[in-house]
Amino acid sequence: MFHALVAVKQVPDTTNIRIDPDTGNLVREGVPAIMNPYDAHALAEAVRWKRQLGGKVTVVSMGPPSFISTLREAVELGADRGVLLTDRKFAGADTLATSYVLAETIKAIHEQDPIHLVFFGKQAIDGDTAQVGPGVAVRMGLPIVTYAVKIREVNLEEGRAVIERKTERWTEVVETSLPVLLTCEKEIAEIPFAPLPDLIRSLRYDPEMWTLEGPCPFALDQIGVKGSPTIVYKMGTPPLPQPGEKINARETGVEEAVKFALDKAAKAGIVQVILGGAR
Amino acid sequence: MTTRRFWVFIEQEEGKVHPVSWELLGVARMLASQVAAEAAAAGDVVAVEGVLLGDNVAHIAQEALYYGADRVYLFDDPVFAYYRNCPYYQTLATVSRKYSPEVFLIGATTLGRDLAGAVATSLHTGLTADCTGLEMGEVKGSVQRLLLATRPAFGGNIMATILCRSERPQMSSVRPRVFPMPERNPNAQGEIVREEVEATEESAMACVLEFIHSKGESVNIEYADVIVSGGRGLGTPDGLKLLQELADELGGVVGASRPLIDSGWISYAHQVGQSGRTVRPKLYIAAGISGALQHKVGMQNSDFIIAINSDPKAPIFDVADVGIVGDLYQVIPELLKQIRALKEATA
Ligand SMILES: Cc1cc2nc3c(=O)[nH]c(=O)nc-3n(C[C@H](O)[C@H](O)[C@H](O)COP(=O)(O)OP(=O)(O)OC[C@H]3O[C@@H](n4cnc5c(N)ncnc54)[C@H](O)[C@@H]3O)c2cc1C
Ligand SMILES: Nc1ncnc2c1ncn2[C@@H]1O[C@H](COP(=O)(O)O)[C@@H](O)[C@H]1O
Repeated sequence: MFHALVAVKQVPDTTNIRIDPDTGNLVREGVPAIMNPYDAHALAEAVRWKRQLGGKVTVVSMGPPSFISTLREAVELGADRGVLLTDRKFAGADTLATSYVLAETIKAIHEQDPIHLVFFGKQAIDGDTAQVGPGVAVRMGLPIVTYAVKIREVNLEEGRAVIERKTERWTEVVETSLPVLLTCEKEIAEIPFAPLPDLIRSLRYDPEMWTLEGPCPFALDQIGVKGSPTIVYKMGTPPLPQPGEKINARETGVEEAVKFALDKAAKAGIVQVILGGAR
Repeated sequence: MTTRRFWVFIEQEEGKVHPVSWELLGVARMLASQVAAEAAAAGDVVAVEGVLLGDNVAHIAQEALYYGADRVYLFDDPVFAYYRNCPYYQTLATVSRKYSPEVFLIGATTLGRDLAGAVATSLHTGLTADCTGLEMGEVKGSVQRLLLATRPAFGGNIMATILCRSERPQMSSVRPRVFPMPERNPNAQGEIVREEVEATEESAMACVLEFIHSKGESVNIEYADVIVSGGRGLGTPDGLKLLQELADELGGVVGASRPLIDSGWISYAHQVGQSGRTVRPKLYIAAGISGALQHKVGMQNSDFIIAINSDPKAPIFDVADVGIVGDLYQVIPELLKQIRALKEATA
């Protein structure tokens, strides 16, 4: 039976993040927590294949208990089973430690119930690192297809899939063996409206909570702060640039203002650039 | 005596080098010079080295020497004819174990981002993504200077400096155009070390059935000399035609702030900023762009910036070399007129 797994992360909606102009600190209050958008699209694609082939979709997430809402949202979008890795000792993980915990968990689930497709988002919008997916693939020894935009074919009998990925230069049509790990662009699938039964189920759904106590064992030196080779050394606000000169066209007239700007450009030595353009 | 190695992954596809590779050789040279005194005192040697994978790419190894590498490790084999994650990351991890570099830099291109996380995990070391600042700095509790990697976090509102205390190499991915291109010195001497290739077709785990090149002209705003960018202040998608006219006159390309991409006025390839491209043209013209942080981080390294905005308080003026407060629909036609006149006068 077809089985897809999706790694979903809860993130602050960075489009709503503000900086306090007086203190320069991040204003966290009132910033809604959402499912990482790339993960939501990946999940939509997993559910689409489930509906086509029959089978099920499992979602996993590592984070504090507040992530339960995101796992419920995943059930609303069509996931059948949710696993939340939650333990104080997992906290403070960088991408290496995160990939360890997710890989061990996915391996454990795979042993219970073999997985064909492992979906990740292209990146999490709070960190934009795009490192966890490749990390998990390496730890599990799986082939990886990053920047996936379309799954053309999944052949369970032959154990292979054909996937399109988009790079800076072209689109590649890649054939891989199953199981395969994908990191997905938003184009992979539209997020559909939830059918009513999924919506109702999600309201009361309680994900499985996995901790250090079990059911999956974790090496203490590989998780959380201990398992993270990188540390944040310092945080700061971006340096303020030197403001340049400004001219108000409403006061001087447009012609004068433009002349002023081109004159500055000439003094800065970029006349050749301006004159060099196509005629 | 040990050699402190500063490594750069030399990215190429179809025999064409991604210029970020040269930018990173420049960065590696800068980092190496920051530990030169410390290394000399300890009797150590410092080296900037490239790692190159490909099929028939010895000429690129030679180029890398011209751009500042002391040495290039070359893996030349048909299995590397095109990029695939598995053979690439395994080869980089193996060669890294062999020579134990101190620092390893990879371009944050689509290829580099696919690769870097896999290499770092395989080597069980720390990787900082999309760095905009790199420095070898003194850190309490460490005898040697460490790589201080600075990157934007939380949507660019905060800069975080990350370090990797004990695992090696200290890895970073760096976006194209964040750092300047070093001089090419055709007299530079160096060594090309041919390495034995262990990767096989079977170990690749994936094969590309087809490469589909997108139709229509592809823009590469990252390496354009002139960029004329528009933002929400354009008001209508038609405004882009005016920008295109100015860009054509200057031999440049059109860029855009994110809202224009979100509303489908122009494709993602044109987006300048944190979630788009980083650019550093000789001339950047920003019209109707407010200058949000996420936009500024993508263009503030441009050589010369002209901002046009009707709001005198728009933050874009803080990074502009010269700002014109006014309506872009009046200013740009006047710019076109005066530039054409200038060209006439010098023709
Ligand atoms: C995680 C994250 C990533 C992001 N990444 C990017 C990114 O990569 N690139 C990016 O650009 N943004 C990015 N953004 C969005 C960014 O925060 C801003 O919302 C966006 O840059 C604003 O675009 P704008 O300046 O075009 O629009 P606005 O902020 O609406 O500014 C329009 C400006 O036009 C001026 N104007 C109006 N009419 C005229 C006229 N006739 N003539 C002259 N001026 C006029 C107005 O005074 C105003 O200043 C990101 C945001 C987040 C949270
Ligand atoms: N804590 C987490 N729990 C579950 N999935 C995660 C977590 N962190 C990252 N991921 C997955 O890894 C992808 C890339 O994240 P990142 O490397 O942080 O940009 C995300 O889109 C998720 O699919």
